[in-house]
Amino acid sequence: MASVAAPEGSRLGGLRYAAERRGVLATLLISPAVLFIGALVGAPLVLAVYLSFTDATGGSLTGKWIGLRNFRDAVDNSIFRQALWHTVLFTVISQAVVVLCAGLLAHALVRNFRGRWFLRFFILLPWAAPIALTVTGWYWIYGAGIPEASIFNWFLVHLHLESSANVTNWLGTPRAAMSSIITVQAWRTIPFATVIFLAGISSIPQEVDDAAAIDGATGLKKFWYVSLPLQLPIALVAVLFGIIFTATDMIVPYILTNGGPFNSTHVLTTWAFQIGIVSGNVGEGAAIALFMLPLLAAVTIAMLVFARRAEVT
Amino acid sequence: MTRAWRQRVFPYAVVVPFAVVLGFPFIWMGVTSLKSNVDVYNPAKTWSFRPTLASFGFLFHHTDYLTWLKNSSFVGVMVVAITLAVALPAGYALARLAGRVGRTLGVGIFLTYLVPPTLLFLPLSRVVAQYLHLSDRLWALIVVYPSFTIPFAVWLLMGFFKAIPQELEDAALIDGCSRFGALVRIVFPISIPGILTVVIFTFSLVINEFVYAITFISSSTNRTLAVGVPTGLIRGDEYNWPGIMASILIASVPLALVYNVLLNRFIAGFTGGAFR
Repeated sequence: MASVAAPEGSRLGGLRYAAERRGVLATLLISPAVLFIGALVGAPLVLAVYLSFTDATGGSLTGKWIGLRNFRDAVDNSIFRQALWHTVLFTVISQAVVVLCAGLLAHALVRNFRGRWFLRFFILLPWAAPIALTVTGWYWIYGAGIPEASIFNWFLVHLHLESSANVTNWLGTPRAAMSSIITVQAWRTIPFATVIFLAGISSIPQEVDDAAAIDGATGLKKFWYVSLPLQLPIALVAVLFGIIFTATDMIVPYILTNGGPFNSTHVLTTWAFQIGIVSGNVGEGAAIALFMLPLLAAVTIAMLVFARRAEVT
Repeated sequence: MTRAWRQRVFPYAVVVPFAVVLGFPFIWMGVTSLKSNVDVYNPAKTWSFRPTLASFGFLFHHTDYLTWLKNSSFVGVMVVAITLAVALPAGYALARLAGRVGRTLGVGIFLTYLVPPTLLFLPLSRVVAQYLHLSDRLWALIVVYPSFTIPFAVWLLMGFFKAIPQELEDAALIDGCSRFGALVRIVFPISIPGILTVVIFTFSLVINEFVYAITFISSSTNRTLAVGVPTGLIRGDEYNWPGIMASILIASVPLALVYNVLLNRFIAGFTGGAFR
C-alpha cells in the first residue's frame, strides 16, 4: 500500500513516529487531565490563596495586600476556634462509627443468604439518594423546627423515654444539634464504606482463607489474625475517602442547622461560607477555608505511606 | 447453639438491624409523602391517616420536577462522557508509560480532593461568568464537575491498567497494531469493570453535588435535582413536606435499584483498580 511506503521525512510519517515514542505519547495522553485539573482546581486554588492575603470583598475579586491579617482575624474569633474543634469532632466521631459499622456489615453481607438482595437495597439507599435531598428529609425527621413533629420524639414519648411536655429539640439545642449532624453524616457514609470493605474482602485470595482453615483458625481468631491485617489497606482507603469527604463537605450542617443555634454547630466549611459568601469577606473566607488544607494533606500523606508499608509486609 | 446454626444466623443478626436503621428515614419519607398537607403536623395522625397521592400529582403538574430530573440526567451523562474521555488515556499513560514520574503525578492528582469546594467556587464562579460566559447554563456544571470526577477516575483506572500484562499489548504491537490501536482494541475492553465503576462513582458524585449547582444556576428551569427540590419546594417558611418526600423517593429508589443490580460488578471494578 502506498501509505505505508510514504517517505520517512514526510510530516505524517514524522508525527506517527513521534506518537510511537513512549515519552511523547505519554505526555499526549496525560495532558488533557493535567490541563483540566490545572485550569479548574489549580488556578482557582492559587487565586484563593492570593485572596486570603487581601482585603477583597464580594463582587470584586481584587483587593489590597494585607499580609497575614485575615488569618489573624480568623484565629482571634472564638467561633472559628470552635468550628475547628467541631470539624475534628464531626470528622473523627462520624468516621469511627462508619468504620466499625461498615466493617461488621460487610462481613455479614459477603455471605450468601436468603433475602440478601432485598436487605442490601435498603442499605444502599442512603448512598444512591441525592444527599441534598435526603438531608432535607432528615430535617423533617428531626421535626423541622417543631420538636413535637419529630418522629423520633413520637417514638421516645410512646416508649415512655421522655414526657410529651418536654421533648428533645434535636436541632435547636447545641449539644443535641451536634449529635444530630454527626448521626446524619455517619448514616450517609456507611453504605459507600461498606461497599469498599466488600471490595476489600473479595480481594483476599481464596488460598489465604484455605490455609487459615487448614491451620485451624476459625471465627474470631481467623478474623483477628488473618482477615483484619489483610484488610488494613482497604480500611485505610475507606477511612481516607470518609475523612476527606467529611472534612471538605458542608451540606449536612449547612442544611440541618446552618451553623446554629447560636453558631454552636459551625464547622470550618460552613464558617468559611458564612464569612466569605454571606458576609462578603472573601479574603477572610478564603483564609478560613485554607486552614484545613495542610491538616488534610498531612493526614492523607501519612495514610498513603502507611498503606504502602502495610502492603509490603 | 451449634456452629452451623450460628453461621446461618450471623448475617441476619447484623444485616437486618442495619437495614432497618439505614432504611428507616426512607420509610418515614414514604409515609409522609402519602399524607395530605393538613395531616402532616397532626400528632393524632402520625400513622393512621387517609393516604393520598396528591403530593406526587402536585410534583409533576405544578413544579419543574421533571425538568430537574432531566437536567440532572443530562449533566450526569455529559460529565461521565468527559470524565472517561480524559481519564482513560491519562490513567493508561500513568500506569504504563511514565514510570516513577507517573506515580508521583498519580498521587498529586489524588490530592486535589483535599481542596474543599467552598474554597474553589468563588474564583470558579468568576471564571464561569466572565471568561466562559456560562452563568445560569447547565454547561457551567458540565465544565466544572469533571474537575472532581477526573482525579478519582484516573486513580482507579491507573490501578486497573497496571494489572493488565504488558505482554498482551506487545503481542498486539507485533501483530501490527499501533500503540493507540492496542489501547482501544485490547486494553479498554479488558478494563470494562473498572470503567463501569468509574461511571457509577462519577454519576453519584454529580447527582449529589450541591455547592456549585446552587452558585452557578439561578433560574428554576435550569436547576438540577439537588438544588431544585430544596429551593423550589420550600417557599419562605412554608414547607410542602409530602411533596418534598415524594420528590426524594422518586429520585432515590430507582437509583438504589440500579446500584444494587450493578453492585457486584462495581466491587469487582474497585478491587481491580484501587488495591494494586
